Amino acid sequence: MEKNRLSEFLIEKSLVITAIFSIIIILLIVLFILMEGFPAFEDYGFFRFLFGMNWAPSDGEFGVFAMIIGSIYVTLLSLIMAVPLSLLCAIFMAEVAPNSIRRILKPVIETLSGIPSVVYGFFGLIVLVPIIRTNFGGTGFSMFTAALILTVMVLPTIITISQDSLRAVPHEYREASFGLGATNWQTIRHVIFPAALPGIITSIILGMGRAIGETLAAIMIAGNVVQIPGSIFDPVRTLTANIALEMGYATGLHYNALFGTAIVLFLIIIILLLIANYIQHKYKVDVGGGYL
Amino acid sequence: MRGLKSQKIISPKTSQKIMNAIFIISGIITILILVLILGYILIMGLPVVNLEFIFANPIDSGASGGIFQMIVSSIYVTLIAGIVATPLGVGAAVYLVEYAGEGKITKLTRFGAETLASIPSIVYGLFGLAFFVVAIGLGWSLLSGGLVLAIMALPTIFQVSEVTISSIPSSYREGSYGLGATKWQTIYRVVLPAAIPGIVTGVILGMTRVISEAAAVMFAVGSSLSMPLSIFDPGRPLPLHLYILATEGISLENAYGTAAVLVIIVLVLTFVSNYLVDKYQRKIMGR
Amino acid sequence: MNSEFKGIIVIAICIILAYLFINPGASYERIDVVGSTSVQPLVEKLAENFTSSHEDIRIYVQGGGSGMGIRSTKQGLANIGMSSKELSSTEKKNLTEITIGKEGIVIAVSNQNNIKDLSIEQIKNIFNGKITNWKEVGGNDKEIHVITREEGSGTRSAFESIVMDDTKIKDSAIVQSSTESVKQSVASDPGAIGFVSFAHMNDDVKPISVDGVSPSEKTITNEEYVLQRPFIFLIKGEPSKFAKEFLSWIKSPAGTEIIKKEKIIPVK
Repeated sequence: MEKNRLSEFLIEKSLVITAIFSIIIILLIVLFILMEGFPAFEDYGFFRFLFGMNWAPSDGEFGVFAMIIGSIYVTLLSLIMAVPLSLLCAIFMAEVAPNSIRRILKPVIETLSGIPSVVYGFFGLIVLVPIIRTNFGGTGFSMFTAALILTVMVLPTIITISQDSLRAVPHEYREASFGLGATNWQTIRHVIFPAALPGIITSIILGMGRAIGETLAAIMIAGNVVQIPGSIFDPVRTLTANIALEMGYATGLHYNALFGTAIVLFLIIIILLLIANYIQHKYKVDVGGGYL
Repeated sequence: MRGLKSQKIISPKTSQKIMNAIFIISGIITILILVLILGYILIMGLPVVNLEFIFANPIDSGASGGIFQMIVSSIYVTLIAGIVATPLGVGAAVYLVEYAGEGKITKLTRFGAETLASIPSIVYGLFGLAFFVVAIGLGWSLLSGGLVLAIMALPTIFQVSEVTISSIPSSYREGSYGLGATKWQTIYRVVLPAAIPGIVTGVILGMTRVISEAAAVMFAVGSSLSMPLSIFDPGRPLPLHLYILATEGISLENAYGTAAVLVIIVLVLTFVSNYLVDKYQRKIMGR
Repeated sequence: MNSEFKGIIVIAICIILAYLFINPGASYERIDVVGSTSVQPLVEKLAENFTSSHEDIRIYVQGGGSGMGIRSTKQGLANIGMSSKELSSTEKKNLTEITIGKEGIVIAVSNQNNIKDLSIEQIKNIFNGKITNWKEVGGNDKEIHVITREEGSGTRSAFESIVMDDTKIKDSAIVQSSTESVKQSVASDPGAIGFVSFAHMNDDVKPISVDGVSPSEKTITNEEYVLQRPFIFLIKGEPSKFAKEFLSWIKSPAGTEIIKKEKIIPVK
């Protein structure tokens, strides 16, 4: 019996370690990224780094502002396209479609989310870039091209989570609305959609996180020019692309500046995550599977 | 009010019809996007894929020859990720459901998993380089890459396991306690066996996520073309190979082939996990 | 049945793990060569030929870029670093440089472009944005699309130091991350201009002669063609016995032969 109690105790303690393991890892990640990135802030100045317009590592200039704007623009542009389509699709799947169609759409969306981002990037590079070049001029590498691919990449995130929150609306709401003689669409628009709104907003924020964090697809098709784009057909460089593109060449402070870029990216993601958490907490949204 | 106004112009029945059409179109667009991308990759890539392509090693930086080394590397890193992440994820899930209940640790763990799942893969890439490759001194190796991927697979495995374990009826546990079993004995002999299909699904989902990762491993596994002989050797997993082939424009043809192989692997994994989820839901939840 | 099933899985995992961990026997010596993607294909070829006669040595050649080569050689992660640019004095610290060859940088335009020759001055002004239309240099009335490599690329820094003087490549230039993708972008865009390495040249794009000298093995060897850069190996401290063996083999006739075959000019 004694021995049993001891082993029970040990097992419980080791399970605690596995439970807090993810937190330990996060702390390690933060520690190492900060450690490597900090010299850049120290030498170049944090605000100069954050709001500097000039990124020219060979001249010792490390301003990432244009890339922050680049990341945000690309993300917003892709959300403008992805949100309507994915919400319609989510409502369709949750409220309108018969079971048979639902059974087709569900694996379609799972597959979309499973396709590797490098395959999306490759598709964009080979198919979309030439199409954009012939139809809209320029080189084809542009914010718009990248946003198109990101749209497809965030679709599954937004659809899955907003569909969950639509489903979570209690059945009585629907029945009450139908009882008042409302059509299906009226019910969706005036009853179900408002009730599911917090979850839908969460899904959009998580989709946003995915778009901002996407690296390879952005590198392959956004053109990687460090500039604040004047039109959607101008090339941009995202924060993620900056890291992956220059890591191989960086020495000295340049290397630290790339980790600094990662810190900025990390901060943006944390802010988004906190907003999503706040909404979930405030409106008690339970979006099973609500990950970026 | 605005709703009422618009209804004066268009009758509820008409607007219902219009909306139905829009809904169906949105569904069709989504399906078309998938068909377009998959179709293009498979049509362009499958003609390149044959036994020789799969079982031959790359020649001329991958310009010709096959992708056997990349497949082996992918299997290595994905297995390492699965082997490392599964006990951690399942352990955390067991602790939360069976020991902790709703409390601080539970909240902390969930927040941790959520954050891990949200960190962009390129940040993992940098972490892998700074921590596993340089600080721990594993160098560029399949092990470094696999460990980075283990962290990425962890949240998925944890989350699916947690849902699965908490869905196991408490009557199972009570029966075991009634027979005088301790808590761990109950978990080990009753709860975990009942949860295995769900856990396996979680592991497959986690592996699907990491087998398609290139950004996270690009600074950790190296990119050598030589066949790795152990997990301490560098390798070049499939997605990384595709990235290098495409961006360095080494060979479009082989890039198509690699993309097709990668897509097929992901399709198979998605299909298997779907099948398992379906079967499991029917069995346990009676759906 | 469940516990049996589990037992089998556990045993299988143990066997796989044991295999993975025990297998890395000391049956071979490992040399890590890391750095410039321009030098990488050449070293892959060299390594392949070298290891076929030295079965106890395995050479892992990895890209990443010149900076990665410099950094990882300093950190001791790589036995040999590859660089395709001259090192700055801070980068040079603690490292020994061994030049194994030199290569030309070719200014390339689309095959549909009628321009054949440009002066260094014209190239400079095209890349810094002073000249924006092909008609200003005697071509058709077409906007010039400048394509460049990313900051830190050896090709780019060599190009900048030879051509750009104290001006900078214009900010709106499209950035491509490899010589091959520059080539593809130039090939598919009639208004484009870019620079690619000589070894990667083929019929997809048209090479421009610079100040009347067209790039060829001969003009690069006698340095008549000024756009060229070195291929450098980097070593920290004393190389290991096996790395030394590899290095001296590269300088041997067999190694030189392979370097030549890759369109690189060997340096004694």
